[in-house]
Amino acid sequence: MEPVKTEIGITAYGAYLPRLRLQKQAIADANAWFDSSLKGLAKGEKTMCNWDEDTITMAVEACSDCLGREPLQEHAALIMASSSMPFLDRQNSVVVAEALNLNTSGLRTMDVASSQRAATSGLLSALDIAAAGRGDAVLVASEHRRTRCASREEMLYGDGAAAVAVGTDGVLAEYVAGYSQAIDFVDHYRSDGKDFDYGWEERWIRDEGLMKIIPKAVESLLKNAGVRAEEIAHFVVPTEHAAVPAKLAKVLGIREEAAADNLLQSVGLAGAAQPILLLAHRLEQAAPGDLILVVGFGQGCDVLLFRATDAVQKQRPTLGVSGNLSLGRPESNYNKFQSFNNLLEKDLGKRAEMDKQAYLSVIYRNKGLVNSFIGGRCTACDTVQMPKHKYCVNPECGAYDAQVDHPMAGKKGHVATWTADRLTFDYNPPAYFGLVVFEGGGRFLMDMTEVDPENFDTGAEVSVHFRIKQIDSQRGFRKYFWKAIPAQ
Amino acid sequence: MPSGIKDKVVILGAGCSRFGERWDCEAADLMAEAFEECLQDAGIEKKQIEAAWQATGIDAFNVGAGALPLSMALRLPNIPVSRVENYCASGTEAFRAATYAVASGACDIALALGFEKLKDVGYGGLPQRTRGLTNDLFFPNLSAPGAFALLAAGYRAKYGIDKQDLKRAMAHVSVKSHANGAKNPKAHLRNAVSEERVLNAPLIADPIGLFDCCGVSDGAACAIVTTPEIARSLGKKDLVSVKALQLCTSNGEEGGYDRWDGSYIHTTRIAARRAYEEAGIQKPLSEISMTEVHDCFSITELVTMEDLQLSEAGGAVKDVLDGVYDADGKIPCQIDGGLKCFGHPIGASGLRMIYEMYLQLNGRAGERQLPDPRIGLTHNLGGFPYQNVASISIIGRHGI
Repeated sequence: MEPVKTEIGITAYGAYLPRLRLQKQAIADANAWFDSSLKGLAKGEKTMCNWDEDTITMAVEACSDCLGREPLQEHAALIMASSSMPFLDRQNSVVVAEALNLNTSGLRTMDVASSQRAATSGLLSALDIAAAGRGDAVLVASEHRRTRCASREEMLYGDGAAAVAVGTDGVLAEYVAGYSQAIDFVDHYRSDGKDFDYGWEERWIRDEGLMKIIPKAVESLLKNAGVRAEEIAHFVVPTEHAAVPAKLAKVLGIREEAAADNLLQSVGLAGAAQPILLLAHRLEQAAPGDLILVVGFGQGCDVLLFRATDAVQKQRPTLGVSGNLSLGRPESNYNKFQSFNNLLEKDLGKRAEMDKQAYLSVIYRNKGLVNSFIGGRCTACDTVQMPKHKYCVNPECGAYDAQVDHPMAGKKGHVATWTADRLTFDYNPPAYFGLVVFEGGGRFLMDMTEVDPENFDTGAEVSVHFRIKQIDSQRGFRKYFWKAIPAQ
Repeated sequence: MPSGIKDKVVILGAGCSRFGERWDCEAADLMAEAFEECLQDAGIEKKQIEAAWQATGIDAFNVGAGALPLSMALRLPNIPVSRVENYCASGTEAFRAATYAVASGACDIALALGFEKLKDVGYGGLPQRTRGLTNDLFFPNLSAPGAFALLAAGYRAKYGIDKQDLKRAMAHVSVKSHANGAKNPKAHLRNAVSEERVLNAPLIADPIGLFDCCGVSDGAACAIVTTPEIARSLGKKDLVSVKALQLCTSNGEEGGYDRWDGSYIHTTRIAARRAYEEAGIQKPLSEISMTEVHDCFSITELVTMEDLQLSEAGGAVKDVLDGVYDADGKIPCQIDGGLKCFGHPIGASGLRMIYEMYLQLNGRAGERQLPDPRIGLTHNLGGFPYQNVASISIIGRHGI
């Protein structure tokens, strides 16, 4: 446990929050007849995944916010942290890497799971990789936990993702020190084959867990780093206990105003993603020289200390946490929340019964299009086309075998024609789709999502996003593809 | 320049089953119903048919693959029978194959029969099915009305037409077809409807409402073709002959190249140009007596009027509302009710259109008979507005 060299640190960060914001009052209204104590938690809203979002799609968005959409970026590693990854055996971070169209040759990918401190542990590993001189490493944390109807967790948990890139060039927050303590304190657990968390009394968690384990770890780190508690400007402690961060600050001698807003009434508790989400939120507000202390808690404790540099006010994410917070759309339909999270046995209609088998060999052959939204550009006539094809689509050209890969994921487009289909099966009808004509060439007939019917028509500007296309519930697979989302 | 098909082949007989929800019928029963009418009309024996083509669109929910269903249903005498499939334009494909076989001299008398048994799926509308393993990875999640609704937004954007004005013209298309279908004893939907009812129907795919959609039906239709000489030798007098048969298939340009704007059917325009040339038609507006077009949805019929050069670009809304295509209009469209009300058993539809032309040209269309029709055009479209097959046939009195 030695203070690390100061030239390593955070070089970029980003976040993603689902646009849907479930009003907590809606949950309480539906369930208070059963458990009136839920009313006490019914303040504000929480982020809620659309049916076609999961930890993979949110991770892609958070990374895009952090890294931009420039194709074939070189990074040494992409580490994904989550306790709710869609695949137990299919590396989720690889899907994210391909959706980002990173240069995957020589890329180390890794999924870190099984704990609420998965992200802080992943970040420590990313820093180690950068410190070892291997290059930039990216850590993305993403969470989408399912919760039981009428549970505290349902009131508290939100969905979201955040990403940080660490390296040596353009450091906006130097890595000062890190410390880890492992301890089998089980505040809640979720075992194999179970859908939901099982937790213990919150007073015990607060008094025996948070208030005892965190102070020790923080004190160890501060002592080692030679930093005094009152120097800390931002104190990030992800917890559902609203009063705990301030309480911990007091115990540790950290200024009370340093305790970060946990976003409990705007995001909710985004599990393993929460420490990184809060870190990103603090970075947006940090002044050069600010010390930022980040705690990850779960079967022990990770503590990381950063010092903001002059670059912190210049190197901003595209949206960041604040930008994402402002893009929310209030949702007060609790049934929709339950449906999207598959918590109801719903009559989806016979059209939903169509077999959605994933033909893996077909997907693999088409992974350039499917995973990375890569089209073709004809080297003979420059026509951009999707999908990439043996013959050029330009009727005046038709060149054979002349196309090169043309990444389209970062392109903006406009809707040439569209409809909202109420007959086809969709988890969130009507199903919007239409013809998108891209700036710089190329067009594609594609699904659309997050459409606001009041403000949408031909000519709307759209960008494309990696989303769930189909769910094969029979075999437990999900297919992803790209959908157009209108600009806001 | 090939000499084309004009007047080389005539329709010796035609038949059509009643279309509709034929809960009591197997596909074989529907085929027999259409075939018996056709055979009697042709005045020949089954054994005189030398080759046959079967059109079916959706095998998985129907009778399975191959041409055995037709051969076995009719107990055809071990002649060559082939199945053709080209989306909703399959019926015209069967007719094309039989006509070309006769024209080539490969056989003297050939049968084209199309059918579909669609009402055993358990829900309304067309059965949900795969579009191919690769396509399924990226094809939008669309239904047939959804796909064709794209035409409406594209058309609206191109001509700056108010949504409600377009909805009214679309409604008129359906009101007209319902009025026509009511007079057709074989039609699936035989009720007249008001414009108000059409406009207030539930939305299916913006802006297409329930009454903008054609019926999904069970049914079969067929035609027996031969040469004019053989027809005469069999005692036929007022012959109805094939003037043109054109098929145009998308190559991906509409959906993939920056040209198509979503307001028209590219293939229909090309097929129409070729068909008029093959039939020697200079002025479609004054030479075509009637049309049966692929009105799977009202908006399809509307833009098709422009694609066939009957309405000017952007002028179909006015023409439709002015009644140009009504039963008593200048060029009646869907005088038999069309897909909208006669029904749409996919594989049968192209042949059903030809059946109606044949009846009209022979003066045998009963209550819905048009005065003195000379040339009829059928337009059979399969697929989606942005990638499809468009089939056009021109049928007329022989020798004009």
